[in-house]
Amino acid sequence: MAYDYEKSIRPGKLPHIWCPGCGHGIIMKGLIRAMDTCELDRTQTAIVSGIGCASRLPGYLDACTLHTAHGRAAAFATGVKMARPDMNVIVVGGDGDGTAIGGNHFIHACRRNIDLTYIVMNNHIYGMTGGQFSPTTPTGAMASTTPYGNPDPTFDISKLAIGAGATFVARTTAYHATQIDKLIAEGIRHKGMAVIEIIDDCPTTYGRRNKFRSVVDMMKRLKDNAVPVAAASKMSPEQLEGKILTGVLFKEERPEYTATYAEVIKKAQGA
Amino acid sequence: MAKKVALLQGNDACAQGAVYAGCKFFGGYPITPSTEVAEVLSGELPKVGGKFIQMEDEIAAIASVIGASLAGSKALTASSGPGISLKQELIGYACIAEVPIVIVNVMRGGPSTGMPTGPGQSDVMQAKWGTHGDHAVIAVAPASCQEIFEETVRAFNLAEKYRMPVQILYDEIVGHMREPVTFPEPGELEVIDRTAPTVGPEDYKPFDPSQGQVPPLAAYGSGYKFHVTGLNKAPDGFPTTKAELVDAEERRQIAKVMDNVADIEKNEEYLTDDAEVIIWAFGSTSRSARYAVNELRKEGIKAGLFRPITLWPFPEKRTAELAQQAKAIVVPELNLGQMIYEVDRVAKGACAVAGVNRVDGEPINPGQIMDRVKEVL
Ligand SMILES: Cc1ncc(C[n+]2csc(CCOP(=O)(O)OP(=O)(O)O)c2C)c(N)n1
Ligand code: SF4
Repeated sequence: MAYDYEKSIRPGKLPHIWCPGCGHGIIMKGLIRAMDTCELDRTQTAIVSGIGCASRLPGYLDACTLHTAHGRAAAFATGVKMARPDMNVIVVGGDGDGTAIGGNHFIHACRRNIDLTYIVMNNHIYGMTGGQFSPTTPTGAMASTTPYGNPDPTFDISKLAIGAGATFVARTTAYHATQIDKLIAEGIRHKGMAVIEIIDDCPTTYGRRNKFRSVVDMMKRLKDNAVPVAAASKMSPEQLEGKILTGVLFKEERPEYTATYAEVIKKAQGA
Repeated sequence: MAKKVALLQGNDACAQGAVYAGCKFFGGYPITPSTEVAEVLSGELPKVGGKFIQMEDEIAAIASVIGASLAGSKALTASSGPGISLKQELIGYACIAEVPIVIVNVMRGGPSTGMPTGPGQSDVMQAKWGTHGDHAVIAVAPASCQEIFEETVRAFNLAEKYRMPVQILYDEIVGHMREPVTFPEPGELEVIDRTAPTVGPEDYKPFDPSQGQVPPLAAYGSGYKFHVTGLNKAPDGFPTTKAELVDAEERRQIAKVMDNVADIEKNEEYLTDDAEVIIWAFGSTSRSARYAVNELRKEGIKAGLFRPITLWPFPEKRTAELAQQAKAIVVPELNLGQMIYEVDRVAKGACAVAGVNRVDGEPINPGQIMDRVKEVL
């Protein structure tokens, strides 16, 4: 039987704005399956985003949804979670939104280890504004503002999250559809800041400029370069050059922020 | 039982007023001369089950405040000049998304870092025009510690009633001076909470104009699923580019304030009945102005004080009437001339309008105001 996505989608809100071949839709379906797996009550679930193609996702889902300003999703989500620690708070957004303009909020949410599930849809480009380079555009790649090839070095978003203190960090790709919902579900169940980086594609503004002849070519890149962490441990740094490490990259238990703040309240009330 | 009276700094009075108003969330970032608001609330809020968070910058602070408000908590942030500038984009977000929040701006001097420990009144136009796009503004300008307490409560009431950001503007002098503050008993001051929807979750539209100029706001987690965005939107909350819907929404958001000026406006007048010269002054400057009025009267000059407590919307009607009555309006302000533009616009040449201005970090003293009055008469 076909999976019932419809019950999670707001009536009348489709078609979505995404281009044919864009990976964002695959990730949205993964998120729906993950929320179903975790049996999330949508009236008790906030889905927060910034601005960008990726950030349009919450509008389609039937839940408490908050489409904020460019880069600020993690900070809005922090306010929601602090006010209502019992709610599930999920953040979605692009690489530009989360790690350029929103980089500061991203690392500080990781540092606090506040219980957010943060899904980064990393397509290596600013899709919505027409293909300017982002902090994850590969050095040398073509973007609308790098006519001579991108001079900038890149962020590894998962490493950034681990370094900043996130306590659950996982990565997969838009090609690995079934892994998407498993990792998101694990992130939702994790008490603390969970970052799920999903390597994505933007055929319209990235593929075109970077010699991917078709969406299939872009998907093949994701398929061929993904290496599960277990396999990677047996490979040399040279063999891992240019590969995408997938699976749970990091997990630890550390006090969660709103739980710690509940202790502050107890102290203040003299309990 | 005698009421509680405490010697409070202005910033402390603001924090206490917030707690009285039912504030349950503060998101901030330290900056002189506003920091004490955060310091006091970091201690007070958890006592009442509220939350305090020091965010990574001022943008994050106001973002967290908007998020907390949508999740049902009355929420506050406080800052000063440069920090307020950083918040501007999201003040606009709170306007268009119609989220009740309160923003304190303890004004200091200068563009940029300027004189962080000196007083200023140079953010009054920033309060009006600082964020982009068309939007209505409510800003209050208390002049004493007691009034800071009471106006903080009123700012929360206005934010909740009109579902929008409300700014509290006072300068470093009032923020840092200490005065006895009488704590009102619970129930003594009106405390307004936002209107919750009366329709069920299936029928709820967060921006439905048929529910009134200020449509009810549900809280996340209360059983209602709805969408909030900074895009122009239809009554159901989802983005639209339909010309008539966009136009109607923007106009409603301004009308909800401008049609209710009588409810929002608040002024104080002192000896204006027979005044030939009006001193139009707000905040700390109004304290020197009151002294000047008394001294001028002793010298036989019929002076009066008009003190706006609600600075925005601008008190158009009363200012225009006073311009008809008086020979001159003198506008002392700790900037190089900001509110005077509005006074001049409304006076329409009916009387002389003259400023007294200072930006050297010192307060305007009564003597300066008196000299200017004598010059223009
Ligand atoms: C303050 C601000 N600056 C810039 C923009 C313009 N802008 C909108 S989306 C975007 C980039 C989005 O890229 P990303 O987050 O990677 O998401 P994608 O569109 O690729 O999914 C930019 C720069 C904006 N909306 N607001
Ligand atoms: S521009 Fe790129 S990121 Fe945006 S919808 Fe199209 S393919 Fe997706």
